[in-house]
Amino acid sequence: MTGTQAPVTAAAGSAPDRGGEGRPGRGKALRYIAGRLLTSLLSLVAVMFTAFFLFRILPGDPVRAMTEGRSVSVEQMEELRRQFGLDKPLPQQFVDYCLGLLRFDLGVSYQYRVPVVELIADRLWPTVLLSGTGTLLAALLGLWLGTRSAWRRGSVSDRVNSGVALTLWSVPTFWFGLILIVLLASGADLFPTGGMMTPGTTGAVAVTLDVAHHMVLPVATMVAVLYAQYLMIMRSSLLDEMGGDYLVTARAKGLRDALVLRRHAVPNALLPAVTLIFLNIGLVASGAILVETVFSWPGLGTLFYEALSVPDLPLVQALFIFFSAAVILMNLVADLVYPLLDPRVRS
Amino acid sequence: MVVRQTPSRPRSSRWTALGAAVLAFVVGSLPTAAAAESADGAPTTLTLAVSQPVDSLSPFLAQRAISTNIHRLVYDYLTNYDAETNEPIGAIAESWEVSEDQLTWTFHLRDGLEWSDGEPLTADDVAWTYTTMMEDEAAATANGNFVANFEKVTAPDDATVVVKLAEPQATMLALDVPILPRHVWENVDDFASHNNDQDFPVVGSGPFVLTGYEPNRSITLEANPDYWRGAPGFDRIVFRYYNDQDAMVEALRKGEVSLVSQLTPAQADALAGESGITVNDASGKRFMGFTINPGARTQDGDPIGDGHPALRDRDVRRAITMAIDKEAIVERVYGGYAEAAEGYIPSRYGDYHWTPAGDERLAFDPEAANALLDEAGYERGEDGVRVSPDGERLSLRLHVHNDRPDYVQTGQFVEEWLTDIGVEVQGEYVDPGKIGDALTSGEYDLIFTGWAVNPDPDYVLGIHTCDALPVEPGTMRSDSYFCNEDYDELYRRQIAEYDPQERANLVKEMQQILYEEAVVNVLVYPNTLEAYRSDQIASIQVQPDPGGNIWGQDGYWSFWSAQPADAAGSSSGVSGALIAGIAAGVVVVGAGVVFLVVRHRSATAEDRE
Repeated sequence: MTGTQAPVTAAAGSAPDRGGEGRPGRGKALRYIAGRLLTSLLSLVAVMFTAFFLFRILPGDPVRAMTEGRSVSVEQMEELRRQFGLDKPLPQQFVDYCLGLLRFDLGVSYQYRVPVVELIADRLWPTVLLSGTGTLLAALLGLWLGTRSAWRRGSVSDRVNSGVALTLWSVPTFWFGLILIVLLASGADLFPTGGMMTPGTTGAVAVTLDVAHHMVLPVATMVAVLYAQYLMIMRSSLLDEMGGDYLVTARAKGLRDALVLRRHAVPNALLPAVTLIFLNIGLVASGAILVETVFSWPGLGTLFYEALSVPDLPLVQALFIFFSAAVILMNLVADLVYPLLDPRVRS
Repeated sequence: MVVRQTPSRPRSSRWTALGAAVLAFVVGSLPTAAAAESADGAPTTLTLAVSQPVDSLSPFLAQRAISTNIHRLVYDYLTNYDAETNEPIGAIAESWEVSEDQLTWTFHLRDGLEWSDGEPLTADDVAWTYTTMMEDEAAATANGNFVANFEKVTAPDDATVVVKLAEPQATMLALDVPILPRHVWENVDDFASHNNDQDFPVVGSGPFVLTGYEPNRSITLEANPDYWRGAPGFDRIVFRYYNDQDAMVEALRKGEVSLVSQLTPAQADALAGESGITVNDASGKRFMGFTINPGARTQDGDPIGDGHPALRDRDVRRAITMAIDKEAIVERVYGGYAEAAEGYIPSRYGDYHWTPAGDERLAFDPEAANALLDEAGYERGEDGVRVSPDGERLSLRLHVHNDRPDYVQTGQFVEEWLTDIGVEVQGEYVDPGKIGDALTSGEYDLIFTGWAVNPDPDYVLGIHTCDALPVEPGTMRSDSYFCNEDYDELYRRQIAEYDPQERANLVKEMQQILYEEAVVNVLVYPNTLEAYRSDQIASIQVQPDPGGNIWGQDGYWSFWSAQPADAAGSSSGVSGALIAGIAAGVVVVGAGVVFLVVRHRSATAEDRE
């Protein structure tokens, strides 16, 4: 995934650079885009280098971790070290790593013994499903409640809304998830305690419903913890807009209050929220480690956690690059989309 | 979809949307409930909650407990361990004899053994499995240690396997090596990359057949009705993944899983009173303790690391062990779910377990410990910390695994107790990776350790021989830098001693040396705490019996013997309607969003009109 992005951005980055000199107006825009692409590409390369060294600073020996408590001889440990490629000197390992990156080969996981690219591909969709749904619902709920709060600022509903949101925001995710499990899964017996699917479920409809059933609690946890940030951003940016002269004008035209809000105030107040949404979409890939752990969701978050504990170097490296690339990409998209949304940035 | 039509008929369609959503959830919850109820006539399933990821399903590669435990269920071994006594008994091999020179073992195989695909299991499969591990380095990855001393393995006929050894080896009935079907495995190109997880069902010979594996979600085994010892009680075993220990316990409460292992004392206490749940408080396979750096060094005698020099003095080490109140650890750390330990081999292995008699005991006695240090010339300084005759303050580091709450609590007690005898302790509660680094680099004073001991004690005894010291700093087998000639001599004798009673005596003598030298100090044998639903599992065999564990046995006894309870009255009967009810509640949140959009659109439409 990550690998494919790099060459695409590189190609796109160099082409406009050459052609953009003729016309000044378009040239400026192209230079802006090229600049953004180049920055993103540099960040990605920096991440790739960092990934290698960062995780080699971690304490611990993967071979020792994998053979913990086993009756292994020194020869067996050396054989494992050879299989993992850890018997080579560090510079050699780094060169191998870089050559591997050029071939999109990120190595073989120590603890699963399969190529890490396959592992990540396997775990990507559960994470996107959970985090994507959670982020989407949190954004919708937060923006809606934030708008209402700002429009009726100081009212009881404003205070209750903000209060509840901030309380949930400060609750530890892990604890909140467990409380939901105790109350609704094992207590009221309404939902599964964990996992993504009941083992042995077959048939497209049954599987879809089963997954939906398993998703309710983790998604609810994510939404409860996350929606406050959208609410607060929306509330404050809408409050900023509410003093605007154009709203007075709109009212003077005779527009109803609700219409003033929806057609005039909200579109302008949405800009900061859009930035936040893009940033969070970038984070969707890295999932929600805590939510995935407490609900035993087989996603990238738990994969990363398991990989770190070994440390399963090829896997942590690849995941680190992958997560970073997703954030870099979404930042880039936000940078590119922003001028389209906000005329002020264009000028 | 419904939302898009709303502008024309705003009010009614809003309710249509909500109703449709609720209906979808109600209908959705029905198949789930039905599936749970169908347990009556259909296959019986024992579900076990697990958390450790499978490293590989290839017996040549698998290192992790979960993988090797699954192999116990799906492959037969040459020999097995008795469910009640842990003693070696026949499995594929029905009988065996040893030559005069003690170097040739002849195994006679059971009649009529078959692989799960119907092919006969013969001596050729056994010989091929061992020989492959001897010849192919990758195939030796997991179990090479078992065949390291083999010269040659042959199959003179279909029912006889002959193993020629280089040196006598008393562990020949404790070869924990799954025997593989040659006709399947000889087609594998590279054993290092073959994980045995592509073609299901996996051809095996155990009481169960591996039929499904979804990494980190579930593993499914089906009963092998033709197993020579008899068909298992349950039709199916499902390993279901939970990443969080508390969520696992909730899953047991809910009846989602039948069996949970590795409970904490608090969890066991909480589950003990609940109806439909049986808590199994088993004697543990593990010992927990700490080793004292006796002066880490390589095999050539080059010192490594920076252990405190005073710890080379046996008196100091013995005084440290006498300052520790093991009974208090049992009560205050383990809530009584542990046994104060002295000998190295846990008490569940009655034949090998050793306890000091009379004067040999280093009982908890801070006064005696203080006196011992006074006599040895370690005077207390002004701050109360003792100073060695060489002028070194007795200020020690204590390395403790921070991922184990019982270790951390014990560590904190040890810090306190050692202060009482004038030893200053800096607790370093760190990641297990760092513990390993400290041990291999010799940069520690006191360091926590713990091992699960197999029915055959050879390996755990071997990690304290001079032979286990590193050749160069780095990879080593040693767990303590302990090196003692008498101990090594006894180690060599026990591995060559074929008489079980004589060998047990030698093993006990070795433990006495370990105890007296006080480098390897065992504190407690923590109990294994497990719980199962007695409304799903009617009976299950523990090992050893009585007082043994269910999960992690040396053998397949628990899962093979488990009998399903009458399926009626489990928790899922009522839930269909309730699920629908709450699902509706959850839908309200979603409907709120729908509602908002609907209202937005309808209002806009009204305004336009």
